[in-house]
Amino acid sequence: MPAEAHDRPAEQFNLRLRRYDPESGEAPYWDEHTIELEPHRSVLEAILQAKDRFDGSIGVRCSCRQAICGSCGVRVNGEPALACHTHLDAAKASAKDGVIEVEPMGNMPVLKDLIVDMDAVHWKKIQRVTPWLIAKQPVPEREYLVGKENMVDITQSMACIQCGACVSDCLAMEVDPGFIGPAALAKAYRFVGDPRDDQQDIRLKDLAEDPQGIFDCTHCFKCVEACPKDVNPMGQIMRLRRIAIDDQKIVDKNNGERHEAAFTTLVKDYGLLHEAELLPRSYGGNSWFGKFHPAAGKELLSSLPVVLKGLLRGKVNPKLALFGHKLPAADLKQVQRIYDTVEGREQRYELNLYITGYDEVEETPVPGGATSTNGGVSPAATTASGGGESPPAAPETEGSAS
Amino acid sequence: MKVAYWPGCVSRGFTPELHGSMAKIAPLLDIELVELDRACCTGAGVIAEHNQELADTLNARTFALAQQVDGAELMMNICSTCQGAQSECQERLDANAEYRGHVNETLAGEGLTYEKGLTNKNFLWLLVEEIGLDALRAKVKRPLTNLKVGPFYGCYIVRPRERLGIDAERPRDHYLDMVIDALGGTVIEYAGMRKCCGFPIITMNKDASLKQAGRHLGDAVDAEADCLVTPCPLCHLNLDLQQPLAEKVVGRDLEMPVLHLPQLVGLALGLEPKELGLNRHVVRPTSVIDWSTSVVGAAA
Repeated sequence: MPAEAHDRPAEQFNLRLRRYDPESGEAPYWDEHTIELEPHRSVLEAILQAKDRFDGSIGVRCSCRQAICGSCGVRVNGEPALACHTHLDAAKASAKDGVIEVEPMGNMPVLKDLIVDMDAVHWKKIQRVTPWLIAKQPVPEREYLVGKENMVDITQSMACIQCGACVSDCLAMEVDPGFIGPAALAKAYRFVGDPRDDQQDIRLKDLAEDPQGIFDCTHCFKCVEACPKDVNPMGQIMRLRRIAIDDQKIVDKNNGERHEAAFTTLVKDYGLLHEAELLPRSYGGNSWFGKFHPAAGKELLSSLPVVLKGLLRGKVNPKLALFGHKLPAADLKQVQRIYDTVEGREQRYELNLYITGYDEVEETPVPGGATSTNGGVSPAATTASGGGESPPAAPETEGSAS
Repeated sequence: MKVAYWPGCVSRGFTPELHGSMAKIAPLLDIELVELDRACCTGAGVIAEHNQELADTLNARTFALAQQVDGAELMMNICSTCQGAQSECQERLDANAEYRGHVNETLAGEGLTYEKGLTNKNFLWLLVEEIGLDALRAKVKRPLTNLKVGPFYGCYIVRPRERLGIDAERPRDHYLDMVIDALGGTVIEYAGMRKCCGFPIITMNKDASLKQAGRHLGDAVDAEADCLVTPCPLCHLNLDLQQPLAEKVVGRDLEMPVLHLPQLVGLALGLEPKELGLNRHVVRPTSVIDWSTSVVGAAA
């Protein structure tokens, strides 16, 4: 924030607060207050002023007021945020009608006004993933000695402050409340990726086999966007999947492994996605014979009306459905060469920009281009890279498969 | 304008009417499409889930091929999921010179190199930013008067905002609304317009997947939309092809037609529904939209 922002005088801001007291038997309602504060002050301070001056019964949870404790998660203008970490001028700018709207977080029951029941949802899910280290035996007499690179890998998931913003907006949880969810799965990676933990395989098997585990994430990026600490929960879920499937070779009953294997193999074999093969293979196994597996048969039968309708409408071309589309031979060969080269490496390479940061780049705006935005140094990068060191693509931590 | 054109797999597979309608409207918008017919699937996030370097290298190959297209101003795609998957790979490639060099080493076997800074835009972005809404408005022959259209963006083209270059100057997460309006239609806002269609988990948790599709379609019905429009063929699969199954999961009739973006643009530019492949949808737009009051019905 520019220094002059702090010098601006107090001004009036209008707040619209969602009020609800389940014990009252009354329906939720909106309550409006006008407060006076400097524009760089936070939405939390505005709520507290309203509580102080106009209505002591406003329910809000807070503690540190500096984006560390994770207590004041709310929705500001419909988007998840920490009330203490949202400036009033920014909140006013993103408000539809100039009135800053504050609601409780979603996906969790409201206890009162802006306070949601974290115990009933968030903490229960965190408990679900055994959120502590199960030490390898024998435990060393003194401290564990672990390579720095091993711990760097899990720093992103360790940055979580348990505010529940990602849980609030998880779209998978919205339709499937039992989904373990982004915060808890990011926490699970914190231990799966820790070389001192003894149960990587057991943890992953458990999370892969649970129908509401790692394969229930719809990849919608909501949690990535919601997180005030750049934890990238979805990215951690993808890493859990990668290690479960490719290192631990876990074949789960939810089709997670089969789907990934079928997709990856089909693109290698055809260069393009052969959709008609993807579905049966995801159920029946990753080969041409997958479609004859009973699980695939059952699924195909249930999808038959849809498939037939697609065929009838000329949406699904029978020839394409049978044989797929393929790249020209010379190009397919190049695609396969890339597969062989990259998959043939001793260790997978994974560039995590949270850890490596971005190259310093000169600002050369591309006319109308999408690229000028990609060059900037992100806040995540600056907080994570500390001294500005920029290691090359770090070998992915293989964890401690034992 | 000349663009290196990446159609994607699904637009040539299970939603052929998408690629077909794009080809039909391109000349009307003075877009010359040079198809990247040697490029491979973006991986749709699934290959990146399996092996990030593999996805980055395969997409770097596509970017390098696009950069070789003579006279092309930029690369264009017609699939939200392709846009998201490619943007993710490009972000890593552009962020770190050493990593880019490493990936380019693999491409060298084919004599290709990816140079940092490719511009890759979904057709939606190109329409608003390159062609411009005023120019688009001027080309409209059959305004979509009285047609109530609900936008369905698809996750990959609206999140994460920073990676996708969405900000106050380029409100790309509002472009569909702006295009519908420019074409003369009425924008219908509904709860699910920027939510997930559920497609990525259709093989893992079919019930949850279809519940997502069904809910958003239901929201659109309740908001009295005549149809939806989407820039994502994968969303289209869950919202249209699977709609009869989604109806069963949410326990209500939906009958909500879902148009691909080029189809909606094509209708306004004066093309016939059949040329745009509207008859190929599972939920036929012509079967539910009132003949007398809307262009879609009237032209059928």
